[in-house]
Amino acid sequence: MATSTVPPPVEVSTPRAPARSSGRQKINRTLKYALLLVFVVIVLIPAYVLFITSFKGPADADPSTAWLLPTTWETAGWAKAWETLAPALGRTFALVIPASIISAMLGSMNGFVLSRWRFPYANVVFTLILFGMFIPYQAVMIPLTQLMQGLNIPNGIPSLLVLHIVYGLPICTLIFRNYYESVPSELIEAARMDGAGLLRTYASVILPVSAPGFVVVLIWQFTSAWNDYLFAAFFSSGSNGPVTIALSFLAGGQLTDYAASMAGALIASLPTLIVYIILGKYFVGGLMSGSVKG
Amino acid sequence: MFTKIRTWGPALALISPTILLLGIFVYGLIAQNVQISMTNQHTSLPRADFVGLDNYFRLFGDADFQHSLRNLLLLTVVFLAGTLILGFLWAWILERPDFGEGFFRSVYLFPMAVSFIASGVVWRWLLSSLQTDQPGGERTTGLNRLLESIGLGFLQNSWWSDPNWGVAAIAVPAIWQLSGYVMALFLAGFRGIPDELREAARIDGCSEWKLYRHVIFPQLSPVMLSAVIIIGHMSLKLFDLIRAIVPDANTYDIQVPATMMWVKYIGSDYADSAAIGTIMLILVALVVVPYLVYTSRQEKR
Repeated sequence: MATSTVPPPVEVSTPRAPARSSGRQKINRTLKYALLLVFVVIVLIPAYVLFITSFKGPADADPSTAWLLPTTWETAGWAKAWETLAPALGRTFALVIPASIISAMLGSMNGFVLSRWRFPYANVVFTLILFGMFIPYQAVMIPLTQLMQGLNIPNGIPSLLVLHIVYGLPICTLIFRNYYESVPSELIEAARMDGAGLLRTYASVILPVSAPGFVVVLIWQFTSAWNDYLFAAFFSSGSNGPVTIALSFLAGGQLTDYAASMAGALIASLPTLIVYIILGKYFVGGLMSGSVKG
Repeated sequence: MFTKIRTWGPALALISPTILLLGIFVYGLIAQNVQISMTNQHTSLPRADFVGLDNYFRLFGDADFQHSLRNLLLLTVVFLAGTLILGFLWAWILERPDFGEGFFRSVYLFPMAVSFIASGVVWRWLLSSLQTDQPGGERTTGLNRLLESIGLGFLQNSWWSDPNWGVAAIAVPAIWQLSGYVMALFLAGFRGIPDELREAARIDGCSEWKLYRHVIFPQLSPVMLSAVIIIGHMSLKLFDLIRAIVPDANTYDIQVPATMMWVKYIGSDYADSAAIGTIMLILVALVVVPYLVYTSRQEKR
């Protein structure tokens, strides 16, 4: 645990120097917001292009108007994208929801054990688990394809379900472990005193306070499984794969229907964007845990 | 002894499925991958004789693979520099709560929620290589068209279609996507600095700039280290984005080990594919293992 070496706060109330040059401050503030807005424009450029291009029809094919709003707002691109992606969207939900729930549950139990009910070499085990989060999956991919074949797990959603659960375990364990560190150990000691065993303590003390941890983990797993392409590329095809695969087929190739592929990119991003907009705070929580220390 | 086992026995039992699964799917498969990489299984036929490190020696002597390693280095340097500079700058500006701070944070962070495959669709269009002043230039779209129309036409370039520097263009969307993440890391770092420290420095007559330069920035070096590790290891693994922007996986200009591994896999050259996977693992481990050891030591203190 990091112990604070900062000296105790000294109560000194120094009145802030009165704004000497309020004119200069105003200019500084204006500059600051101007800069921030320039960055907003830059960051939103791709979103703008996606949006306008998705509504363009053949009438707006002229490259010189590429950056302008559509002259007529056509929805043909959206229709084609929806038709292509709809089955894959259904499959992705069927993959991502159970994968997130199962790995979150396992992660919660692991996190509890590793933070609050330690056993010998728990730290070594934890570090070995964590390493699984950083490995490039390319380093296991070839034997993994053989293993999945050997286990007779069919390509497509069943394979991906197993893979997202297994390779999601490290991050879920990490997030829950960091989260449970903040649960007062007195609570657990009290439960132990009352003779509660491991499972009872978990169920009666830990689970009831776990909701925020679950939200963070579920969002993280949902987003990363939804956005995965690497496993999908190796373990599924256009006919049984998730939405990233379907989108890459829609948008790939030399002759691209840009209206349809950009509409498709928007459709494929919508679920994770909605999660981000509604639950942004927890989304950031998950991101922070990715930095190990949190 | 017995009572001890009674307390941690169930704990071990609870975590054993995870240990078993990761033991097989991470460590077991890494070992098997190394083994495959030491065979001559270069076709889909299941013929595999042990050849030692031959595949590795051949790969490191191969001009294409050397080029992919050089590309990876260039990509990583540009990706790291871009995300660290932008992420730090944004965090610094937004560090103190001010009007609209939450809005800017959300906008800068939103690309993180989108998949590389989806953002790759639009970046492929933005980074299209046609230029207005070249033959066929009237068909120019993307950033080159935008630059031309705002009077910055001289900045037009062929983006990723360049054997030497093309891969640096791939870093542009990667920076777009992950600078917000680095910003969030730095913001958490800024928030972790106690207000007393600032106050004390101010009382000592520190100017605002000196306060940052000598008091605040040094406190952020652990955050900086985390950011370098996270972005660095993402860069080593970057695959989706390149596949989404460059339609042909075989394209020489943007070849990195991750894409080359895929090309070899598609070509049923399993031994070479596994060897490249192992090389990627070693590269990532060189970055991550010292970091993991460092953080677990820090936690013990």
